[in-house]
Amino acid sequence: MELVTPSIGLVFWTGISFICLLILLRKFAWKPILGAIHEREQSIDEALNKAELAKIRMTELTAQNQDLMQQARAERDEILKEAKTLKDGILNEAKKQAQVEGAKLIEKAKIEIENQKKVALAEVKDQVSSLSLEIAERVLRTQLDDKTKQQALVANLLKDVELN
Amino acid sequence: MDCNRVLVSKVKKVIVAFTLLIAFLSVKVDAFAQSDSATVPVDSVVAKSAQAVSGEHGVAEHGKEKFEPTKVIMEHIADSHMWHFWGHTSMPLPVILYTAGGIEFFSSAHFHHGEEDYVGAHNTYRLVHDKVKVVGANGQVDETASVLDFSITKNVAAMFIAIFVILLVFISIANSYKKRVGKSPKGLQSFFEPVILFIRDDVAKPNIGHKYAKFMPYLLTVFFFILFNNLLGLVPIFPGGANVTGNIALTFVMAFGTLIIVNLNGNKYYWKHIFLPNVPFWLWPLMVVVEIVGVISKPFALMVRLFANMTAGHIIVLSLISLIFIFETLAIAPVSVAFVIFMDVLELLVAFLQAFIFTLLTALFIGMAVEEHH
Repeated sequence: MELVTPSIGLVFWTGISFICLLILLRKFAWKPILGAIHEREQSIDEALNKAELAKIRMTELTAQNQDLMQQARAERDEILKEAKTLKDGILNEAKKQAQVEGAKLIEKAKIEIENQKKVALAEVKDQVSSLSLEIAERVLRTQLDDKTKQQALVANLLKDVELN
Repeated sequence: MDCNRVLVSKVKKVIVAFTLLIAFLSVKVDAFAQSDSATVPVDSVVAKSAQAVSGEHGVAEHGKEKFEPTKVIMEHIADSHMWHFWGHTSMPLPVILYTAGGIEFFSSAHFHHGEEDYVGAHNTYRLVHDKVKVVGANGQVDETASVLDFSITKNVAAMFIAIFVILLVFISIANSYKKRVGKSPKGLQSFFEPVILFIRDDVAKPNIGHKYAKFMPYLLTVFFFILFNNLLGLVPIFPGGANVTGNIALTFVMAFGTLIIVNLNGNKYYWKHIFLPNVPFWLWPLMVVVEIVGVISKPFALMVRLFANMTAGHIIVLSLISLIFIFETLAIAPVSVAFVIFMDVLELLVAFLQAFIFTLLTALFIGMAVEEHH
C-alpha cells in the first residue's frame, strides 16, 4: 500500500519543478527550436516553389526562343524570296529593254542600209546612164558616118517616140 | 474527410497495438505482484525471527546479515532520505519538515541510518522504515503528531538532476538553432530534431489538429521529462538509479497536469458531451456520472500505467540480481546477468515507449477536448 500512496513531499517538489521546467523550456528551448524548425521548413518550401517557378519560366523561355527562331527563319525565307523576285524582275526588265533597244538598232540599220542602197543604186544608174550615153555617142558617131544609117536611126527613134 | 478517416483508423490501430502491449506488460506486473505478496509473509517471518535471534544473541550475529529479497527490492524502488551508493557508503540528503511548530531543516546524516534520533527545534524525530516520525515524550513514536515531509529525498534529487540535464541539453540545442539559422542540424541537434519532429508530426498534429501549436511545449516537456527520468532510472550508479517515474507521486502530478490541460481547453462540444450527452433523457443521470468518471479515469490510467510499467521493470531487474544472493552461489550469476541484460534492453524500449504513450494519450485527450463538431 505504501508503494501506491503518493507522498506529499514528492508531489510538491514534482509539481513545482515540473512547472518550472515547463516554463523554462517553453521560453528558452521549445520556442526557439520549434520556431527555427518552422522557419527552415518554410524556407525549404519556398526554395522548392521558387525552383518550380524557375523551371516553368525556363520552359516558357525556351518555347519563346523556339518561336523567335522560327519567326526569324520565316523572315529570312521571306527576304530571300523577295530578293529573288526582285532580281528576276530586274533581269526581265533588262532583257526586255535590251530587246527593244536591239530592235530599234536593227530598224535603224535597215533604214540606213536601204538609204545606202538607194544612193548606191542612184549612183549606179547615173554611171549606167552616162556610160550608155557615152556608148551611144560612140555608137552614133560611128554610125553617123553613114547617111542612111543615120536616117534609119532617126526613124527608129521617132518610132519609139511615137510609141511612147 | 477521407484524410480524417485514415487518421482515425491509424490512431485506432496504434491504440489497439499499445493496449495489447500494455496488457501484456501489466499481466507480467500482476504475476510478479502475486509472487511478491506470496513471498512477503515468509520474508517478514524470516526477518522477525532473525531480529528475534539477533536480539537474543546481541552482536554475535551482526556480521552475517540475512538476505531478504523483498525488503531489498522494496527499499530500492521506494523513496529514501539517503542516496545509497555501495556498502555502507551513502549520501545524506536534506530533510525539510513542516510541523505544527514550524519548519525544520536538517541533514538526514543526523539519523545515522535510523539508528539515532534527531532533536530538532520543535520536536524529536526518528527515521522508521525511511519515514520521518515524531518521537513523543515517552520515547515512543507519536503517530498522531502531524508532520509533513517536504524533504529533498532521493527521488527529488534524481528528478532535479534529470531536470538539470534536460535544461542543459535543450537550451544548448536551442542555442545551436539560433547560431545555425536555416542550416541543417548538427550533433546533439540532429539527434533530437527527429524526436521533436516525431512528437509534432506524428503525435500532436494527427491527434489535436490545427490547434496543435499551443500544446507543443507541454507535450514536448512531458515526453522528455519522462524519457530522461526513465533513462536515468536505468543507470544503476549515482546520477541514476532512483525509481523516479516508478513513483506514484510523480506520475500523479504528471497525470494531474494532463487533467488540468485537457479540461481547461475543453470547448463547448466537450462539455456538452459530458453534461448533455446525446441519449434519452432518463439516461442522463447515469450518463453524466459515467462521463465524469471517464474524465477522471483517463488521467488515472495514465498515472497507473507509467507507475506500474517502470516499477515492474525495476522489480524484475532487482529480482534477477537477487537470485545470485538467494542461491548464494556465483554459478547462477551468468544466467542472472544474461537475463538482466535482456531486461535492461527491454526497459530501454519501455523507457521510450512509456514516454511516447503518455505523450500520445495526452495529445489524444487534448484532441478530444478541442475537437470541433460540425
